[in-house]
Amino acid sequence: MNNKIENTLFQCRAINKEFGNVRANNDISINVRSSQIHALLGENGAGKSTLVKIIYGLLQPDSGSMTFLNEEYSPKSPKDARALGVGMVFQHFSLFEPLTAFENILVGLDKELGEKELHASVIMLSESYGLEVNLSSFIGDLSAGERQRVEIIRALIQKPKLLIMDEPTSVLTPFECESLFKTLKKLASEGTSILYISHKLKEIADLCDTASVLRKGAIVGEYDPKKMTPRELGEIMVGQSLFEPKRPVAANKSNKVLSVKINEVKPDTQFGVTLKNIDLAVYQSEILGIGGVAGNGQEELMQVLTGEKKDRNVSIKYMDNDIEMLNPRERREIGLAFAPEERLGHAAVGNLNLLENSLITDPKKRFQMKMGFIDFSELNEYTNEIIEKFNVKTTGVSALASSLSGGNLQKFVVGREIGQKPSLFIVNQPTWGVDALSAANIRQAIVDIANTGAAIILISQDLDEILEISNKVAFLTNGNLSIPTNTMDIKTDEIGAIMGGISD
Amino acid sequence: MDLSEINFAVLVASLIVASTPLVLAALGELIVEKSGVLNLGVEGMMIIGAVTGFIVGVETGSAYIGMMAAAMAGALLSLLFAFIILIMQANQVASGLALTIFGLGIAALMGHPYTGIKSPQISTISIPILSEIPVLGTMFFQHDLIVYLSLISVLVIWYFLNRMRAGLILRSVGEDHDVAHSLGYRVVTIRFLAITFGGAMAGVGGGYLSLVRVPQWTEGMTAGAGWIALALVVFSGWRPFRLLIGAYIFGGITILQLNLQAIGVNINIALLSMAPYLATILALVVISMSRFRGNRGAPGCLGRSFVKIT
Repeated sequence: MNNKIENTLFQCRAINKEFGNVRANNDISINVRSSQIHALLGENGAGKSTLVKIIYGLLQPDSGSMTFLNEEYSPKSPKDARALGVGMVFQHFSLFEPLTAFENILVGLDKELGEKELHASVIMLSESYGLEVNLSSFIGDLSAGERQRVEIIRALIQKPKLLIMDEPTSVLTPFECESLFKTLKKLASEGTSILYISHKLKEIADLCDTASVLRKGAIVGEYDPKKMTPRELGEIMVGQSLFEPKRPVAANKSNKVLSVKINEVKPDTQFGVTLKNIDLAVYQSEILGIGGVAGNGQEELMQVLTGEKKDRNVSIKYMDNDIEMLNPRERREIGLAFAPEERLGHAAVGNLNLLENSLITDPKKRFQMKMGFIDFSELNEYTNEIIEKFNVKTTGVSALASSLSGGNLQKFVVGREIGQKPSLFIVNQPTWGVDALSAANIRQAIVDIANTGAAIILISQDLDEILEISNKVAFLTNGNLSIPTNTMDIKTDEIGAIMGGISD
Repeated sequence: MDLSEINFAVLVASLIVASTPLVLAALGELIVEKSGVLNLGVEGMMIIGAVTGFIVGVETGSAYIGMMAAAMAGALLSLLFAFIILIMQANQVASGLALTIFGLGIAALMGHPYTGIKSPQISTISIPILSEIPVLGTMFFQHDLIVYLSLISVLVIWYFLNRMRAGLILRSVGEDHDVAHSLGYRVVTIRFLAITFGGAMAGVGGGYLSLVRVPQWTEGMTAGAGWIALALVVFSGWRPFRLLIGAYIFGGITILQLNLQAIGVNINIALLSMAPYLATILALVVISMSRFRGNRGAPGCLGRSFVKIT
């Protein structure tokens, strides 16, 4: 190798991988140096995940070669990769929910370790890297941040020299992100290289030493994120200029659309959050942003708002009608629309195709003809419109919802709900796992319907998103909602105090 | 009618014998389901085990050799199922039902010349000292080898699932095969092994039925035992010890009602024959209703085909 660079830990050259007619990876070459945090930046479907799966041995490349520690590297399975010193933390956690944290760590190890020995090394790791986790709790009961810590511990316990992190912050709160970054920086300073996959530009600028940008399966180039603005980097990533949605113009204060008063709502499970002292109102053409760290009552509030959970002690007034005892379908019929956080299995049915998924939330029966027949031409048109407008990457309207990537399904779900032209749209985490350009599109679409008179409740853990498009913001902590304030009047340090104040 | 005619110690001893086929078959199915596969062919594998065990037992004159042949026959039939659902990725429910129907049919064909023949004896092993304890000795310590083995299997399987790494891997494959695959575990291989084990256990259960419990070959002699075994697995919440309790309740009431019939209790025979099924379902529903800590229910991927994502 004539152009061998000093300190190269991992190198791949001319990697190609095709799925059917799609070229997921096209002649990809990257070079990861030791002790570096190397970003792999790209939109959904740019080929990042394919590339790291090849590196981790989950996929075999069609052609191309890799070297690791100056030796030929071609893992046939993740076991090979781990044995050679490559670890990976998945985007959709590869944890078993019914098993405990400890069992999950155990099952990810390739050799049998004594329980005591393992306990000791886990505790040592968690102390030195700030990865706190209760080993005996079941994964199903842990927050996203805690789950990720379990995954990281599981990867670190095998002492990898290269750690692959696939979109690690997509499920984390700002606070959790910060502690993750500390951990990663410490790891890098101690000699572990990190291949960091993300499409969040700010964090790449904060964290990474180098950034390889991927677009449509090919490398665009290698950049120094410290020397560029996130915007410049973003434009390279999407290959066109980015826009920032503007929040809706001043709300029409006279037309209250929804008011909610909750004294107390107990959760259904012991792990749920009790909602307390919630008093909110949202007006026409107004976006009310509800922020807060995950697990502080977002899910529970959403259930009360959608009618999945009905409670007599709650007062919900929609345009002067009491609707607290209506079920979700009845609420949809009078002009509400919802997009819950969990897109597969909650917002969409995985085993139904996109047409059918459009049909299942059709409160105004616009796809229904006489005698209950389905109006397929109308349905087709509607679904195609969503796909086109929201740039949903799919093989067509007859693709199963489960065949779409998370971000694409999210775009579809938001599009489907917005297409109902609701007077009140309640959405939880609308851009979770969605790439930059599509996220901007989704936000713009939300702003657009607000501008035409809809009221919006936007629940999101992405603080930037809330501050960007909301007229008013409130924060959930431990089931309590702070008093909504105008976004313009709020200061960033106040937010930290509100969010961190009550919750631990 | 005289209830004192019923000897309690003998009753318990015979309930254990009556329950053993169920314990064996259900334990096998427990392992299969823990790996994420639903094999509804238990009944079919049991009856194949019963007929093969009986034929080989009669021909060789050894019940033990018969029992081994039963295990092999059950395993062989389950391999067919494994091939259909793991390699061809057919629907598990339909394939399992087909397996039962196939098993019942082929067993009837094979067993026809052997109807009405007596099977070779299996000797009981009295455990020294323990078997001499009054009452308890008769109940628990004067049984044949298979009974002891079935009880040991409960322990071993509990230990395997909860204390061993291999058991953890098996459970993780059953909970989420995609994750297990992404960690580098061979989902299909592990399920193959689990299914084969389940088949062998069901086979032994069937063999015990025809060689010890009855002991005779009659067509359709499993009489729904495979289905009861399947129900036991579900109602036990996929736990070996509760499964044992469930099986013994079923066996116990079966024996009790037979005794009651024998001494001429004035209850309709149809109701008495129904009793074990009803009581087992009731007892297990009650057990599974109470919320024990860590009761996590069915394996996450139970019944789902594993399609490797490339």
